[in-house]
Amino acid sequence: MGRPRIALEEVSLTYLTPRGATQALAGVSLAVYPGEFVSIVGPSGSGKSTILSLIAGILQPTAGRVLLDGDPVTGPSQRVGYMLQRDYLFEWRTVTENCLIGPEVQGQDMARARGRVARLLQKTGLTAFADAYPGQLSGGMRQRAALVRTLAIDPDILLLDEPFSALDFQTKLMLADEMWSLLRTEHKTVLLVTHDISEAISLSDRVIVLSRRPGRVKSVHEIRFAGPERPIPFKARGAPEYSGYFHRIWAELDPPGEVNRNVG
Amino acid sequence: MSDEALLARYRRAQRRRRWAVAAAQAALLAAFLLLWELAAARYWVNPMLTSRPSAVWQTLVSMAASGSLWVHVGVTLQETLAGFAIGMALGMGIAVALWWWPALAAVLDPYLVVLNALPKIALGPIFYIWLGHQWSVYGMAVAISVVVTIVMLHAGFSEVEANQVLVMRTFGATRGQILRKVVIPASLPTVMAALKVNIGLTLVGVIVGEFLSARAGLGYLIIYGGQVFQMQLVMTSVVILAVISALLYLAVTWAERLVSRLLHLPVRS
Ligand SMILES: Nc1ncnc2c1ncn2[C@@H]1O[C@H](COP(=O)(O)OP(=O)(O)OP(=O)(O)O)[C@@H](O)[C@H]1O
Ligand SMILES: [Mg+2]
Repeated sequence: MGRPRIALEEVSLTYLTPRGATQALAGVSLAVYPGEFVSIVGPSGSGKSTILSLIAGILQPTAGRVLLDGDPVTGPSQRVGYMLQRDYLFEWRTVTENCLIGPEVQGQDMARARGRVARLLQKTGLTAFADAYPGQLSGGMRQRAALVRTLAIDPDILLLDEPFSALDFQTKLMLADEMWSLLRTEHKTVLLVTHDISEAISLSDRVIVLSRRPGRVKSVHEIRFAGPERPIPFKARGAPEYSGYFHRIWAELDPPGEVNRNVG
Repeated sequence: MSDEALLARYRRAQRRRRWAVAAAQAALLAAFLLLWELAAARYWVNPMLTSRPSAVWQTLVSMAASGSLWVHVGVTLQETLAGFAIGMALGMGIAVALWWWPALAAVLDPYLVVLNALPKIALGPIFYIWLGHQWSVYGMAVAISVVVTIVMLHAGFSEVEANQVLVMRTFGATRGQILRKVVIPASLPTVMAALKVNIGLTLVGVIVGEFLSARAGLGYLIIYGGQVFQMQLVMTSVVILAVISALLYLAVTWAERLVSRLLHLPVRS
């Protein structure tokens, strides 16, 4: 498979605050290869968001190495798009202007970025709200706008932290199919964090299960479906292999040990 | 009843209420002026001490005719606007520097607290000695507004949602980009609030400065009128001052509305 696009080697991370030290990750190793779609599931507080922040270069590991194409991560990279767990849209910018902030900051060709954003807004069903302000959007619409904002810089690596959590079931399935096809055809490397086991199975080539805090890799599940081509997520949910994967991963998941502030 | 009819009735009631409030306000002012005039005319109070609205009006008319009104108003206005602009610009610059270098902010924090608590008026004589009779007014005006500006703006900058800044960092934004595209726009309501506070404070600084040293301006007129015991001059100057401060406040409020609408910010009441 060659060299991994994303690699964590024995990564530990301890958060230090005036009130004390919290070990979030204890020796996590994982690899994601170019063009792969990998999901991380784990109980709340197991360090899923922390892993994404490390890869995005906004946190430095306490121990171990985080590598992109074999090079250690030293800071944010233009190749990486990171969608945070909450949208944090800028209330003073329209949806379109919010989505253009990345290209703007990175000095990209704005005409091209505008075209891309318009297309993405259409795919996510936000065209009618392109010139609306975030205050006028529902929670699900805000989340879709945040997804478009992340995709707007056209990164080849995508880190998505529960990108569909605020959506109703129907929209979630539709948007997951749309995004999955888009990211596949553009050969993006995707690392997705989710609480939703079905979502993880239906979208991913591999599902990584984290243990309770401090997070370690508890098990890794290769997801394979019979047939010449990978079924789209909606079809995958109905495939015969699906329920086997579901039960195996379900059994692996630790029950949440503590009520965590970050839930939701 | 249909929704439209209900809405129309609701709007009519709201409009009536607004008119009633405005009418009551006008009536209160009229009653005050009438009582003042009457009290002086009937010698319920000593008009030498209180002056009276008709005397104030005559003074105003004669000062306008002689042109001295415009000179004094002009001097005070110019000092206020210049002091306001300098105070805001300086305060803004320092607040940005404190945001840029958090270590600097941590070190300077206690000094800012003390400076903020210090009655700046106590510095008047120092400015007089250092800056002379003309420039000390500006010194006073800036001193009184700049510290509040720094403290307010820096607090505003620090309150900007850390995760909005994080979003910028994930895109690899520089500190300057974060400042321009997130911190300043997110703190515009605070900037506007600082403008509002400052226009009043600057006027206080200018009048006190004029009390201490000036040769012209409304503060000078008030002190002069007091010294020669011409209460109508004192009262007239105070009335003009009240009108000026109201107009300046209105101008800032209006600017705030405009900016908020243009930038789609919530108007902070
Ligand atoms: N900035 C921080 N300072 C201190 N502790 C933190 C910080 N961020 C996270 N933690 C702690 O680290 C642990 C892992 O947090 P993380 O956000 O990575 O979990 P998560 O798996 O994403 O959880 P969730 O599913 O609820 O989003 C948690 O126990 C959390 O309390
Ligand atoms: Mg999380």
